[in-house]
Amino acid sequence: MAERTLFEQSVAGRQGVTVPDRSTNQDATSWVPQGLLRQEPPRLPEVSQLDAMRHFVRLSQLNHAIDTGFYPLGSCTMKYNPKICDVVGQLAGFTQLHPETPDEFAQGTLEIVFRLQQYLKDLTGFDAVTLQPAAGAHGELVGMMMIKAYHASRHDLKRTEVLIPDSAHGTNPASAVMCGFNVIELPSGPDGLVDLAVLKEALSERTAAIMLTNPNTLGLFEKDILEITQLVHEAGGLCYYDGANLNAIMGITQIATMGFDVMHINTHKTFATPHGGGGPGSGPVLVNTKLEPFLPLPVVEHHDGRYELNFDRPQSIGKVKLFYGNTEILLRAFAYIECFGLDGLKDVSETAVMNANYLKECLRQWYHVPFESTCMHEFIITSQHQHARHGDINTMTLAKRLMDYGFHPPTVYFPLIVPEDMMIEPTETESKQTLDAFVEAMRRIDEETQTNPDTIVQAPHTTPVKRVDEVHAARNPDLNFYKNFRPTNVGPDQLQGCFTASQFCP
Amino acid sequence: MTSFIPHTADERQQMLDRIGVSSVDALFDAVPASLKHPFTLNTLPKNGRSELELQHYLTAMASQNPGAGMLSFMGGGAYARFIPPAVNAIASRSEFYTAYTPYQPEISQGTLQMIYEFQTMMSELTGMDVTNASVYDGATAMSEAAFMAVRATRRKVLYVSKTTNPQYQQVLRTYCHAFGDMALGWFDPDQPLGPQFTHEPNTIAAILVQQPDYYGTIRPLSAYQEAAKATGALLVVAVDPMTLALLDSPRKAGADIVCGDIQQFGNSVNFGGPYGGFLSTTEKLMRQLPGRVVGRTVDKEGTTAYTLTLQTREQHIRREKATSNICTNQSLNVLKATAYLSLLGPQGLHRIASVSAERAHELAKGLLAVPEVSLRSGDAYLYEFAVRLPIPAKTMVHQMAHQYGILAGIDLGKYWPEEDHTLLIAVTELNTPESLERYLSAFRDVIHNRGLSVLPSGMSRDVKMVATGTRGGQ
Amino acid sequence: MAKPEDFDIPAGTLFTETHEYVLWDEGEDRARVGISHYAAEQLGDVVFVEMPGIGESFEQGDSFGTIESVKAASDLYIPVAGEVLAVNTQLTSEPELVNDNCYGDGWMLEILLKDAEQLKGLMSAERYLAFLEESANV
Repeated sequence: MAERTLFEQSVAGRQGVTVPDRSTNQDATSWVPQGLLRQEPPRLPEVSQLDAMRHFVRLSQLNHAIDTGFYPLGSCTMKYNPKICDVVGQLAGFTQLHPETPDEFAQGTLEIVFRLQQYLKDLTGFDAVTLQPAAGAHGELVGMMMIKAYHASRHDLKRTEVLIPDSAHGTNPASAVMCGFNVIELPSGPDGLVDLAVLKEALSERTAAIMLTNPNTLGLFEKDILEITQLVHEAGGLCYYDGANLNAIMGITQIATMGFDVMHINTHKTFATPHGGGGPGSGPVLVNTKLEPFLPLPVVEHHDGRYELNFDRPQSIGKVKLFYGNTEILLRAFAYIECFGLDGLKDVSETAVMNANYLKECLRQWYHVPFESTCMHEFIITSQHQHARHGDINTMTLAKRLMDYGFHPPTVYFPLIVPEDMMIEPTETESKQTLDAFVEAMRRIDEETQTNPDTIVQAPHTTPVKRVDEVHAARNPDLNFYKNFRPTNVGPDQLQGCFTASQFCP
Repeated sequence: MTSFIPHTADERQQMLDRIGVSSVDALFDAVPASLKHPFTLNTLPKNGRSELELQHYLTAMASQNPGAGMLSFMGGGAYARFIPPAVNAIASRSEFYTAYTPYQPEISQGTLQMIYEFQTMMSELTGMDVTNASVYDGATAMSEAAFMAVRATRRKVLYVSKTTNPQYQQVLRTYCHAFGDMALGWFDPDQPLGPQFTHEPNTIAAILVQQPDYYGTIRPLSAYQEAAKATGALLVVAVDPMTLALLDSPRKAGADIVCGDIQQFGNSVNFGGPYGGFLSTTEKLMRQLPGRVVGRTVDKEGTTAYTLTLQTREQHIRREKATSNICTNQSLNVLKATAYLSLLGPQGLHRIASVSAERAHELAKGLLAVPEVSLRSGDAYLYEFAVRLPIPAKTMVHQMAHQYGILAGIDLGKYWPEEDHTLLIAVTELNTPESLERYLSAFRDVIHNRGLSVLPSGMSRDVKMVATGTRGGQ
Repeated sequence: MAKPEDFDIPAGTLFTETHEYVLWDEGEDRARVGISHYAAEQLGDVVFVEMPGIGESFEQGDSFGTIESVKAASDLYIPVAGEVLAVNTQLTSEPELVNDNCYGDGWMLEILLKDAEQLKGLMSAERYLAFLEESANV
């Protein structure tokens, strides 16, 4: 069912909120030079408050969300977002604090931010941290900038290559390139892990760093991790840890112990800050003493009982973001860690790994599992068996069919190295009952591949809209209502329902 | 079991049995034993707190931020404004805020349509053809705009106005330095441009300016347009989108890329984030945009539907050849902005901008009547302006805060040592006519006393007492 | 899965290992460039083709543009060195022509050959079929 855009619901003269008016008869012409005055008003919607509320509430109901259903999304860690953590977004003492407020009037926020820094260092074993990056990918960029600055500070300018396994997240190579590095892709071994021989071959005096996720995107722990980091260090490179999969090993081991020099954390994954429909995130970056001098400006420090922002760091890579980071998100992450403590976080990881192995064990009855060994917090299956039964059935169609059972599809077609794969990460917050319901849905879908394949090929059937024409969208980009004016096609039956329900009700 | 991990001991046992291991530890056999060691904890607590204890603690910490309750005239890229309760009611729908990135359009139409409406509203304000689904903030948006211009023109020199937001400048420096192989030039917007461009004209990728600039000054953009035309460079204009209720769209002045921050549209100042950056551009440059973009299309039955589109620009497909590494849009901040703009409409937005400007000019009139105080920004400004003081701005900020509970503005000496007597002042609709009186009177006192404290030492007023809830925003 | 022999591989056409083709008549100094039927099928529904400007010159193997489907993007490599004489502007509004008729209306460039000798290094239709078969068996 389509919801008309607010532009189509607009009636000239309506307004959704009253605001104070001017007290004199001065207007824009008193302040703006003639040639710079706006000529025609922007065509923003003119709707009542009720119109707006209904519009956005109806839109919200078209979404799948954690609070409405399960997301077995590999590498995304879509866990429950505890509501207690929302408190920081509701306390005016936090939300109304202007970023240019002198430190002495912002001690509450600075103290929490400082404590969060300490917590993250304890959890990961690193020596220093910046909370500035606005997201995981931003953290990667900042980490790679520091690696570049480190080599430059040693006048080791020939280090231009960054090694990245072919199973890595797409952000890894993109971040490295934004720092002017060349990316060398490492093909994974047959067991899905880094192939030491391939690594040795790729290392040279041009190696600036390796970027790794551990456990990797196949859900496998790099058992040779100590040897890998040692080899890279011996070649003069540094080791970057992509923290996307941190939810697997909190409290089990510290990342720094594995030999990494720098890592980022995605707070919206590991620490359950709300995903928000695509953001905002936050991507703290932790480093050891080698990289500490290069941290972005400023860092929060504690001296003589006072918390303050230190901008005086001559070797810093500089500023990477407006002000200090996504503070509200950081406060939520802090609240999350406070809910658990170290023992609780270890329980988080253990349960996440148990949930994943349980699901894998259940699903292997019907689905091809390319890597049989014990997985960590996520694992891969493929649609091989199902495709063999019916040529039009593939991973995409299975994913779409899952929607009809009320589940968000897993991450599909990633990692790129396994054809037709699905990456499943249940997280620790899903109960055995939810997992069993998901398994039952997957079993039924497998059954349908034999009994009623067309239902799968045509899926989804019960969603607010049916299969969306992405080819049409890309061939005819319509990104702005007014540039491509055409009324929303809501379909005759839905329009009728709309009138009877909301306008012609007796 | 905790409230966020639902498993009972029985269920755990059943699951481990099903997996075929005796304990959870066995699942971690791949982790080398040498890596499994007890943690040394310095500050991280071993155990969690209850919700009640945590709520008490967070509330207590929030009260340690007296700055949040003080009468504020601080802007500089972040502005406290009235946030209609309806905005927060909409943003607190957990179907929005606990949703994932809308990669599966069939079950993400809410987020997708909302972003499409946002793109349309921002394109209306800026006058451009297309707007992306947002990037981190205004500072990173300007850097992304610069990179976009470099890709589009295949040139490598950027000329940036010295009066752009200093934090935008710092971030741009960091990004350019990291990428390497790019040159940054700086120019004074009040001097003729030509002689300030020392690089070959045909190497200039973009001219970057801000309107109004960091000092609040509004200038005609025609000189930049001409310079861009003459050199073949793109014109990038960083804007405060609220001012576009009153100012003509940058498109009319020849902008190729418009960028900025949507914080003022329904988002709290939140000690610096999260906010939301945006980039708007022409149809011609559409495929060079970084970040997510939503398009309108149809489903297989012909019903209107929305989807992320032009995704081949992005890192998850293009990897090292992507237009940016960005993998986020500030969806929740965009939702607040979209709700805000929908509720205010063109008239409400016009009124908010006008009231703010009227009060700013009122305050400026009062301040400029004080001896030795002069206007540092140009004559044309809206609701933010800079004044030169006979005392260091740092002293003014300190005295106003400590003695009067007022956050007087931003000491620009923080960013430029030579501006240590310049104070940047922002006025919004939250600053009532009475609060302007309060500001003026305190300001006069501080100047009159040449910045010396009027209270005997050790008797500085408790700022928490002064921090009465005078502000109506969220 | 389609087999190599299911794809249209017109006799007399020359191919590269990156699946571009060259249509060239013996003795001519100009040739047409596009992507093979196999490449078009692999990509799926083509949604955008980015092409160079007329007059641009490329060395053999240079990237002359990109081709995109909804979920994939590939660089296009020029099979032999040359200067661009014409580009198929119709692809801007109808990129689906690449899928519909890659050797006809879905052509991409017309180039002025810099070194006709380079054509000898390309694969014939027979060899291209064998190449696809080898690749399929790996």
